[in-house]
Amino acid sequence: MEKRVTFDNRLLPYLLLAPQLLVTIVFFFWPAGQALYQSLLLPDPFGLGARFVWFSNFEYLFNDRYYLQAFVTTAVFTFFVTLVSMTVALFFAVLADQVIKGAGVYKTLLIWPYAVAPAVAGVMWLFMFQPSIGVLAFYMKALGVNWNPVLDSTQAMTLVIAAAAWKQISYNFLFFLAGLQAIPKSLIEAAAIDGAGRWHRFRTIIFPLLSPTTFFLLVVNIVYAFFETFGVIHTMTAGGPGRSTTILVYKVFSDGFVGQDLGSSAAQSVILMVVVGLLTIIQFRFIERRVHY
Amino acid sequence: MATISIKNITKSYGKTEVIHGVSLDVADGEFIVIVGPSGCGKSTLLRMVAGLERITGGTIEIGGRVVNDLEPRERDIAMVFQNYALYPHMSVFDNMAYGLKIANKSKDEIRERVGKAARMLQLEPYLERKPRALSGGQRQRVAMGRALVRDPAVFLFDEPLSNLDAKLRVQMRLEIKEMQRSVETTALYVTHDQVEAMTLADRLVVMNGGVAEQIDTPMAVYDRPATRFVAGFIGSPAMNIMKGAASGREFTLEGGTTLPLGEAALSGEGRPVLFGVRPEHLRLVPDSEASIRLKVRAIETLGADTLAHGRFDGAGAEGGEFIARLPGKTKLAEGDLLPLAMDPGSIHLFDAESGKRI
Ligand SMILES: Nc1ncnc2c1ncn2[C@@H]1O[C@H](COP(=O)(O)OP(=O)(O)O)[C@@H](O)[C@H]1O
Ligand SMILES: [Mg+2]
Repeated sequence: MEKRVTFDNRLLPYLLLAPQLLVTIVFFFWPAGQALYQSLLLPDPFGLGARFVWFSNFEYLFNDRYYLQAFVTTAVFTFFVTLVSMTVALFFAVLADQVIKGAGVYKTLLIWPYAVAPAVAGVMWLFMFQPSIGVLAFYMKALGVNWNPVLDSTQAMTLVIAAAAWKQISYNFLFFLAGLQAIPKSLIEAAAIDGAGRWHRFRTIIFPLLSPTTFFLLVVNIVYAFFETFGVIHTMTAGGPGRSTTILVYKVFSDGFVGQDLGSSAAQSVILMVVVGLLTIIQFRFIERRVHY
Repeated sequence: MATISIKNITKSYGKTEVIHGVSLDVADGEFIVIVGPSGCGKSTLLRMVAGLERITGGTIEIGGRVVNDLEPRERDIAMVFQNYALYPHMSVFDNMAYGLKIANKSKDEIRERVGKAARMLQLEPYLERKPRALSGGQRQRVAMGRALVRDPAVFLFDEPLSNLDAKLRVQMRLEIKEMQRSVETTALYVTHDQVEAMTLADRLVVMNGGVAEQIDTPMAVYDRPATRFVAGFIGSPAMNIMKGAASGREFTLEGGTTLPLGEAALSGEGRPVLFGVRPEHLRLVPDSEASIRLKVRAIETLGADTLAHGRFDGAGAEGGEFIARLPGKTKLAEGDLLPLAMDPGSIHLFDAESGKRI
């Protein structure tokens, strides 16, 4: 039996694909190509012309102390955003999984932050923790914390991590909850009869069975922290104080549009593209072998 | 090894009561089967013994100790689930060793006990496999092995065979019985399958609508069903049951036909009763000795037996559906009028209102 759709007109399939292809070409391949090309050019100081310089933009980058520092900053930022948002989400999901009454309300409330744009989330957190007018900053000062994220780089980092992680909790929560609900109740009951207490059941049964979800979320969260947190950084710290919250995507922006170093900015974009590519490959590889227990 | 004593247990979900006061005393080493139609509360009862459901009223004792407020792990029980509930990320060995590891047994002891159970259940070649690489019957064995290695006071089974095909079910049924006999552990076994129930049980608990209708040995339940429900549920094909009135030595059907009651005679006139006789207690006799004549409508040939379905002559417009189980060689044709007699002492009478045996 021929199950595939067959077309009489040889042009029709291509026509049907065209809109999708067009969107991909215009919004992905074309700018990506531009970035690739740009990364090999060195514009003159007045932006009137450009010289083809091969890989010297890249060479320059890898000798740039600030670029390497941005890598470290990104690693720290990504590590904590992923860790915090996943841990908190898992904790809430475990609680929600046990709720019988009012589970719907609980879930809906937990999903709301996902609808908030990163920049808005940033502004919200900024207000709450603004040293002079912020509600929470007020209480922190009352508790004797010397709170000043505008000057203190560790505090600034903590703040952007908190805001970025907060926004991602909903997403992780949904997936973790779905993952938890897919675990047959009888497994937990069997473990309870076998003598396992709550924590032991979580550690030896629930967590291992959640590992496909956890791995998927790990990749998604890394990608999020790497690429989608620009709004949070931009509204809250603008990369400061003293570059302490300048992550890689933010540096692309600040070097290119603020510093007007388009060649370097393009080279940084290319490096980021490679990173996304690698992450995507890891994820696809994994999804192919989804059941790994 | 332990006795179980269930005293007037009730269970409610919110305002709905689903178990209405069940009492049961189980002797040490006894194999009790709880049987009943789907939704009658068998699993709920078993899960209350296991500690997986809270007990609404009454008490449960295991080995003389009230366990109402104890966690499952404090009750010294092991349970086999319908879907086996094997840990999918662990090997067969680890599945069986899970409880022992938690109990802090030494490596050597764990290896010895798992090894022994694996030998008993012919699982030795599969110890390193994951559950998904096993057949249904093998998974079933692993689930039993997991219960076995812990050497608990009580085994609980919740329909452990209902996911297996018919042939495997018969085989595993025997294995479960043998295993329980050899370790002499008290067992509570839930099933909706009456054949499984009859063959496994030392004593049966026949449940219906959250009530234990009868608790007795399989033969006693078959010979003297305590209620109309039990009479219809145990036995295959089901007992023929007809409405009518009993007067002295006679039973008058709603359609007007009379049947002799023999030893089952009642005092009193025109008492509304249900009259029951099992299909296997009917014999083909010469026409002059017949007490019932069956108009055959359909025939099922099973080899050893032949089932004649029909209505009996003289039945009213409704009812009178009747099955007779006759020797396999009996020559029958649709439309025949079969003269039948009932074996003496095979008549069951139930009160028409309460359904209780008279
Ligand atoms: N968690 C629950 N909430 C409400 N009703 C339930 C729950 N679990 C079981 N019941 C009800 O209790 C009755 C008995 O269920 P169960 O013990 O599972 O039946 P069985 O095992 O005999 O098929 C059923 O009517 C079922 O609908
Ligand atoms: Mg059940």
